[in-house]
Amino acid sequence: MEVVIVEDNKFRVSSNPHVRAGDTTARIMQYVLIALLPATIFGVFNFGLHALWLVAVTVASAVLSEYLFDRGMKRKNTVTDFSAAVTGLLLALNLPPAAPLWIGVIGGVFAIIVVKMLFGGLGQNFMNPALGARCFLLISFTSIMTSFDCDAYTGATPLAAIRAGEQVGLSDMVLGTMAGTIGETSVIAILIGAVFLLVMRVIDLRVPASYLISFALFILLFGGRGFDVQYIVSQLAGGGLMLGAFFMATDYVTRPITARGQYVYGVFLGIMTGIFRLFGASAEGVSYAIILGNLLVPLIEQFTRPAAFGKKGTRKGAAK
Amino acid sequence: MMREVLRLKSKNGTIFFNGLVKENPTFVLTLGMCPTLAVTTSAVNGLGMGLTTTAVLVLSNVIISLLRRIIPNRVRIPAFIVIVASFVTMAELLLEGFIPGLYDALGIYIPLIVVNCIILGRAESFASKNAVVPSFFDGLGMGLGFTAALTAIGIVRELLGAGEVFGFPVINNALAGLSSAIGMSEPPEYVPISIFVLAPGAFFVLAALTALQNKVKRSMQEKGRSADKIQSGCSTDCTACGESGCAHRFVDVNAPSGSVAAADKNGKEE
Repeated sequence: MEVVIVEDNKFRVSSNPHVRAGDTTARIMQYVLIALLPATIFGVFNFGLHALWLVAVTVASAVLSEYLFDRGMKRKNTVTDFSAAVTGLLLALNLPPAAPLWIGVIGGVFAIIVVKMLFGGLGQNFMNPALGARCFLLISFTSIMTSFDCDAYTGATPLAAIRAGEQVGLSDMVLGTMAGTIGETSVIAILIGAVFLLVMRVIDLRVPASYLISFALFILLFGGRGFDVQYIVSQLAGGGLMLGAFFMATDYVTRPITARGQYVYGVFLGIMTGIFRLFGASAEGVSYAIILGNLLVPLIEQFTRPAAFGKKGTRKGAAK
Repeated sequence: MMREVLRLKSKNGTIFFNGLVKENPTFVLTLGMCPTLAVTTSAVNGLGMGLTTTAVLVLSNVIISLLRRIIPNRVRIPAFIVIVASFVTMAELLLEGFIPGLYDALGIYIPLIVVNCIILGRAESFASKNAVVPSFFDGLGMGLGFTAALTAIGIVRELLGAGEVFGFPVINNALAGLSSAIGMSEPPEYVPISIFVLAPGAFFVLAALTALQNKVKRSMQEKGRSADKIQSGCSTDCTACGESGCAHRFVDVNAPSGSVAAADKNGKEE
């Protein structure tokens, strides 16, 4: 990461920070877009051309909503920070491949206008816009959003099959040649993107690792199958867990700021996902777990607030 | 004499519109949120709930205003509750007997009108301190304001969540009409956004309509028309006032300075 030190010959006083990194919001968002490309391309390859149209329409709808909202409210145009494109792409990757195109349009509008812009735009949204929109669609159009039949695949998703007690081929799950939403099926494609983000230091492992490890432990303890590696790995690889852990739970705006807070957040997500998957009505629970975690972030931050520099004691002293 | 009557009339009119628009119980005072969010799944339910509440509110306001010098101050809340509960019981039995469909749709929320904070709030802050006729208009204005708000929320939720308005499938009819106009053989079917008839939809619609209402108010103020709430005569707004023992809360029509008339006059002069 490139560090630019602002040189100043005169004794001008400027407010901190004095040492800046060259990263901008737009560049970070571009990295995320690049990191999502493998999963997107694999999704299109796996599910066919309709998936590509769905992705394009959803991204366009999100970007256009942000542009029109800025125009209508006479605000600075914020489309150029690419965050709307990332939201649109993440939402599209969470849609079933055979969903009609208007689903993507409604989802994009809801994600940007209701979840993000009405709360003040990027940095102010209280929950992940893409996941908020996915849950909105899931509640509104349950039959469309839970039907994963398409040209390529019919039948149950791997998670539903596992829940019903069937075996699912692990190689299919890791490669991603199975039913599911557009972007969630291929563990390999998602991990390629995640490694890219880790190398570029856009994300770190705190949230994903604590999320995945606590989820695996929860499944081990409460799954009722003992130490069944096949079962645990298929639970980890199935559904939206990988996509959620690396791309949604790590969202800067809606995760805690402090390291300790991020561990608490990750463990909470792991336990909630486990509860939803094992004891809930549906086979999948990543979206709801992350949204619930988003809502608890202010509370987590209050309890993990570090002491101010020079002050002894912990947050109690800092709070005074 | 004539002027006196006119003045009284405009006073009552002011009180009436105060409840209907300026101090709308749902959008401005945000009172009575339980029925507002729970029963507005359709326009008919909202209308029914609003009108039932209006009837109870008008009657209880009148009776409480009549009894305001008899009810001892220390037991006024239980006394109000008894009066309100009697009217709610009557309303419930009448609904069950004559409009059983609405009675089934509203369910537990009919008896819960007893604890609707609009009714107790108006009894406490208006009817127990004002004469019968202003109390009647206050109840009518507040009740109809509540009805209008609930019906509006119900219409939007029913339209988006089921594609219907008062039970008529308007969106599908419009789509059929449009497609036959263009010459399409098979009209597209509206897919209802069912979250709007579920609990979260109530919050979305309430927030959107409140925002819309604030925008209308702001543009009214920019054009120089008074959209302020009626004030008590002191400089602060009653809702933000910390003095709970104030006898002039909300509206005091008996005050010699005539705060309502003054506010009215100010509005006209501007």
